[in-house]
Amino acid sequence: MAILVTSETRLVVQGITGREGTFHTLKNRDYGTKVVAGVTPGKGGETVDGIPVFDTVAQAVAATGANTSMVFVPPRFAADAIYEAADAGVALIVCITEGIPAHDMLAVYSYLAPRGIRLLGPNCPGALSPGIANVGIIPAQVFAPGGIGLVSRSGTLTYQIGGELAQLGLGNSTIVGIGGDPVIGTSFIDALTLFQADPQTEIIVMVGEIGGNEEEKAADHVLAHVTKPVFGYIAGRTAPPGKTMGHAGAIISGSSGTAAAKVAALEERGVRVGSNPTEVARMVAERAGR
Amino acid sequence: MDLYEHQGKELFGAHGVPTTEGRVATTVEEVRSGAVALGGGRVVVKAQVLTGGRGKAGGVKVADGPDDAAAKAAAIFGLDIKGHVTRRVWVEKAVDIAKEYYLSITFDRGEKRPLFMLSTMGGMDIEAVAVDHPDALARLHLDPAIGMRPFFLRRLLFAARVPKDEHRAVGSLIEKAYAMYLAIDAMLIEVNPLVITTTGEVIAADAKVTVDDNALFRHPAIEAMRDTAAADPQEQMARERHVTYVKLDGSVGILGNGAGLVMSTLDVVDEVGGSPANFLDVGGGADADKIVTALEVILSDSKVKAILFNIFGGITRCDEVARGILAALERLTITVPIVVRLDGTNDLEGRRLLAEAAPPNVFAERTMLDAARRVVALAEGA
Repeated sequence: MAILVTSETRLVVQGITGREGTFHTLKNRDYGTKVVAGVTPGKGGETVDGIPVFDTVAQAVAATGANTSMVFVPPRFAADAIYEAADAGVALIVCITEGIPAHDMLAVYSYLAPRGIRLLGPNCPGALSPGIANVGIIPAQVFAPGGIGLVSRSGTLTYQIGGELAQLGLGNSTIVGIGGDPVIGTSFIDALTLFQADPQTEIIVMVGEIGGNEEEKAADHVLAHVTKPVFGYIAGRTAPPGKTMGHAGAIISGSSGTAAAKVAALEERGVRVGSNPTEVARMVAERAGR
Repeated sequence: MDLYEHQGKELFGAHGVPTTEGRVATTVEEVRSGAVALGGGRVVVKAQVLTGGRGKAGGVKVADGPDDAAAKAAAIFGLDIKGHVTRRVWVEKAVDIAKEYYLSITFDRGEKRPLFMLSTMGGMDIEAVAVDHPDALARLHLDPAIGMRPFFLRRLLFAARVPKDEHRAVGSLIEKAYAMYLAIDAMLIEVNPLVITTTGEVIAADAKVTVDDNALFRHPAIEAMRDTAAADPQEQMARERHVTYVKLDGSVGILGNGAGLVMSTLDVVDEVGGSPANFLDVGGGADADKIVTALEVILSDSKVKAILFNIFGGITRCDEVARGILAALERLTITVPIVVRLDGTNDLEGRRLLAEAAPPNVFAERTMLDAARRVVALAEGA
């Protein structure tokens, strides 16, 4: 089954003709994702390795029935690109772009949320359902199909934990990168809800980091609504307060957003948290009987 | 990006938020001439540092006229306030304070709305007010879909129990501060104290302003306010070279790809008994030149005794990282040991390149934990 990206996914790539856009589009297609269109204003009528390019998302959707968009445009144009996809009726928008102003994202969020349009990211690696489809930049070769749902604010840390799980013989239903920015479209709670409802997912791993309180909110949600076993990992235990640790959202403000507070919130609500990626993988393997 | 008080007040002035009149000064002489230009009367000399608690540390002093201001400033220049050395001061006209309030507008990422906080108990630590007198601190989120409306100001002013005869002036200041918050992509505007003068004027007597780094491309004038001289030299070097770097005080230099993996690497190094010297994320798709640049930044910190490369290649190719390490060994003088862990895209090729070149003082490890243990042992043996 998997979540978010499935065999039903029909992908349009906004910014398909850029270097990164082209590279990852073709990798996603090679993996089996149905990439039906690309959009670059002014380049309508061209093709990228056989994929038709349109001037607008509306044209692309009308011509190809695209239902998912991947945004690969520079930060100052990214909010506009997301609005364009939403306006064209795309149901899932995956925004890879890093560096979008927070005020822009707040306005985007306020527009999308009441309309039920799902945004993944920004500043995220996308989502991969092993063996089915890949939308984004996650290196698919690390992951195999299986029953572990993985949701994370970080890209490479997800590869690390996924790699450790794979070595222990465990595969994934879907790997979801929700993004490292302060304002993101899909929260831990959203991903947990989808995994709870997904028959393929047996165990859920959530990978958080310092900054904000989304992990704490997710902990409450797990206690109240998630019956599948959930394991956690939080990065940034040694991060100093007031410093942005790479991700725009990874910052301890005053005394809020610390790793210790997140670990405590999760453990108090029955989520076992590993102290390092290797330990998390081992805990999951034990539970899965491997 | 955090702004100095005087920079925040400059923006207040440009956006119609009533504030104090003053001059910025980097020498005692400039303090004196600044005080003269302000009319020669009573002034306040305030240390400009990017930290709180200036008053307690002796960084804020009232002076009677230019000579006294110069004398007071002489004691403030060079003052170390929580590790921030005072190199500039702000001289402003003293105001006659009747009451001190508190106002802040925060980008509340959890609620995805701006949070307004207002209190008539200003001039002190607001976190203490929130604990000791929670009723005295009004907190209200603004719905961006509705925007700033008169009813919102009324709710805030009544909740904070601001006297009705001050509603118009305080409300107007809040409205302008919010317009500025939107205009400059602020993450925080804090005014503590917001002063009600003896003649009934409302004035922002302090300014703590933080602007979103990701939005600086559309605010070049604010970007130009960055005080490069006050920045940590390694952090400044990293910024100029577009490397994501945070200085810490340990002995293990750390380089990885992706913010989460690097944060996790710091934690693991700490867990096995080491102390990280820095956070450095080379980002996705780093090529050999970027690796050399990143190593230069790490090595500019003389406390570094050993370096750990922790790479899990997605976009980043491990062979390219290996080439970067070999290039750096040729171009730079590197005396500290380097532990390398390569996994993911092209990892076999990357490991092969390192194994064939077999540079002395470079050690390959297969897992993150083993690499962390090795680098900590090497840093301690150094």
